[in-house]
This record gives sequence, C-alpha cells and structure tokens, in this order.
Amino acid sequence: MTDPVRDVVIIGSGPAGLTAAVYTARASLAPLVLEGEPSSTSDQPGGQLMLTTEVENFPGFPEGIMGPELMSRMREQATRFGAELQTVRVSRVDLSSRPFGIWVGDPDAAEPTHRARTVIISTGAQSLMLGLPRELELVGHGVSTCATCDGFFFRKHDIAVVGGGDSAIEEALFLTKFADTVTLIHRRDELRASKIMQDRARANDKIRFQWNSRVVELHGEDKLEGIDVEDTVTGERTRLDVTGLFVAIGHRPNTDLFKGQVAMEDTGYLITGPGSATNVEGVFACGDVQDHTYRQAITAAGSGCMAAIDAERWLEATTDHEHSTETNW
Amino acid sequence: MAEGINTLSDTTFDELIGASDAPVLVDFWAEWCGPCKMIAPILEEIAGEQAGKVQIAKVNVDDHPDLAMRFDVMSIPTLILFKDGQAQKRLIGAKGKGQLLEELSEYL
Repeated sequence: MTDPVRDVVIIGSGPAGLTAAVYTARASLAPLVLEGEPSSTSDQPGGQLMLTTEVENFPGFPEGIMGPELMSRMREQATRFGAELQTVRVSRVDLSSRPFGIWVGDPDAAEPTHRARTVIISTGAQSLMLGLPRELELVGHGVSTCATCDGFFFRKHDIAVVGGGDSAIEEALFLTKFADTVTLIHRRDELRASKIMQDRARANDKIRFQWNSRVVELHGEDKLEGIDVEDTVTGERTRLDVTGLFVAIGHRPNTDLFKGQVAMEDTGYLITGPGSATNVEGVFACGDVQDHTYRQAITAAGSGCMAAIDAERWLEATTDHEHSTETNW
Repeated sequence: MAEGINTLSDTTFDELIGASDAPVLVDFWAEWCGPCKMIAPILEEIAGEQAGKVQIAKVNVDDHPDLAMRFDVMSIPTLILFKDGQAQKRLIGAKGKGQLLEELSEYL
C-alpha cells in the first residue's frame, strides 16, 4: 500500500543523510529516512563510519569518538525532532514523474511503497575490491574490508594492507595492535595519505612498506595462506606469506539505483550543483555519493545540511505549502 | 539481552548445542564491532518470532577467543547454524532480516 505523499524522503543514513534528517525534521517536513539494511560492505545503516574505530577529526569531540557511537548519536538527534527512520533497502526509484516513487521490497510492484515531493540521495559509497579470482570466496577467511571487525582474529599473524590513502594507513595502524607485522602494499612510491597519518605509519616499527606493488594472486584453499605481489616497475613477482589481506583501495558510489535517471560521472558519482541540486528538479544529493574529493564525515554532514535547506526552499518555491513561513535554521 | 537468547561460554557451549532439539544459530560478536550491533536487534526479533523453531545463542569473542578459534571465525559477525550438534551453515557479515531468514529457510 502506498502511504500519503511525503515532503521529503531521504535515502541513506550516514552523516549526510542523518544531518539532512535533523534539518528537515526541525523544519517540520517530517522526513522519512530509508536507512538501508545491515551489511559488512559499507552500504549499511550509519554508513562507512560503522566500520571505523576512533574518529579524531569531527569537531566537538576533543577526545575523539567511536564511529558507530557518533552515528548512533546522529540517529538519536534526527529521531528527537520527528524524523521517521526505517531500516530497509530501497529497491527501485522512479524520478521521471511527480510525486517521485520509491519502492522497498519487490521492485516490480505496480505501486511505489512511498511517494515524495523531494528526494535527498545520501547513499554513500562502498569499498572497492581488488577484483582477483577467489577474492570474494576468501572474504571472512583472511580477506577483509573491515579492519575493525576482523583485526582481532589476526593476533600474532603476519598480514598485509593494500592501499595508500588515509583509510589504508588507519587500518594498518589499527592492525598493528594485533598483528606481528603489517605490510602496506601500494602501487606508487609515495602515499596519498595525510602527513599526520604518514608520520604515524613511518614511526611504527611493525609496519613495512612495499612500494610500486600490486597484489596479483591469492593463495590458500579454505583460508588465505599467501599472496603474490608484482612489482609495477620490474614486473618481478614475489610471494608474501600473509594470512590476512585488508583491502583499502578506495570506494565506489552506491548509485546503481539511479542509473539512467540522475546525471552522473563516468565513475558513477552523482553530479550536483548549484548547491546540492542534481539535474532532476526536486532531487538533491549529499555526502560521498556525490563527492570523491573530500569524503569526510564533516563534509558529508555539511552537504547534508545543504541538501536539507535546498529541498526546503524548493518545496517553498514550488508548492502551495503549509510551511510557508521562513524557517529559522 | 532479549529473552530466549543464550549467552554461551567455553563451558556451556557443547552442552547447549548438543542438548537442543531445535537448530541453534550462534552469533559470534564483540562490543567493538559495528555490524554486529546492527544485526543484534534482528536476531532478537528472530528469536521472538521463530521461538521453538530455532534457538539463538551468542558468543562474545573477546571473552571466549578459544571458541572463535575452534570454529575458525576470522570475521565478525559470523553466524553458524548448528543442528544435532553439527555446524551446518555459516553466514559471514551483517545481513538484513529478509536475507538472513532466506538463507536459513531450509533449517527453520
């Protein structure tokens, strides 16, 4: 059954989606947040911060705060002002007619589950995998995209992290709490990570660097027993006897739902501007789904606020609305 | 913890798994694992709705690393379904309720 037309439906519940929820709820727009479903591939309720440990750079938390804790507080704050949150995954959207249609469950159902005047897309991004044969079979058996979930099981093991950005360094540092050695495999000869993270990694004697290298083969039947690494300059292959391989080579945006309906770059990131507007009037996007440059909790939250204000103004301008008075943000 | 969910330890594990007539779904989890927290309420719901058909039990891997090692748990959450004392099915990673029930449907 289709419920009444909503002013705002927010798809996704990371820092962007929940900030948009706080703002639109405070503007009395009674937003519905479709949070997503639990998964371990970083497209889950709460977003990528659910797979992290300590967040040290979110303003207002001088002692740092655990990622999942930060998200649970944002969720609470959104609920406090009347946002409705549902832990479900969207299966289809129709943004070609108004009100917009949003399906949960059977995507072939004749009627959408929800209808909305505006949609805020904040579906985020998920970890890229290496794309090697047997990689997916070995997830949970030595191959991992979540150091905080799995690091514990590699006590006294020799393991490797692939990647050169902040998240790769963060994972490597975290894993040194458990592992004997952590080899950081990076395809270039310098890191992309911020200076402070690089300094910490270099100061940690459990971390080794394998530069100009890429993983080309995974060994082991039931669980990972080793990897082959190829030198990108000489082409030479060496075997590393690691029992754990943590993949942190970047992300891809969760935009499959919107293909053919919302303008996106070749890489799948949604195109926004001015502000948070997409090419579809009344559809706004915020957070990592439209940002491959900054990708921080605070920039996602900031863009979520922008999307909320943009959606509210758009509603004001286009509908004869009960919310006709200027909102005090 | 919700009613109908057992907390297992090294000493009670074999007894409970062996004695249960219904299949037992064991959730290996830890306090520091975000995805584990996401599926906890789902498991509570399943425990309530499927009472008698499946028994839900939890192993905290911080408290009982030997149990985690014994069952080769290398990632959490890991759910293992035991029937007649034998491990039948292993589900790695957090999943939604619908998918979880579907993957377990042949045992329920």
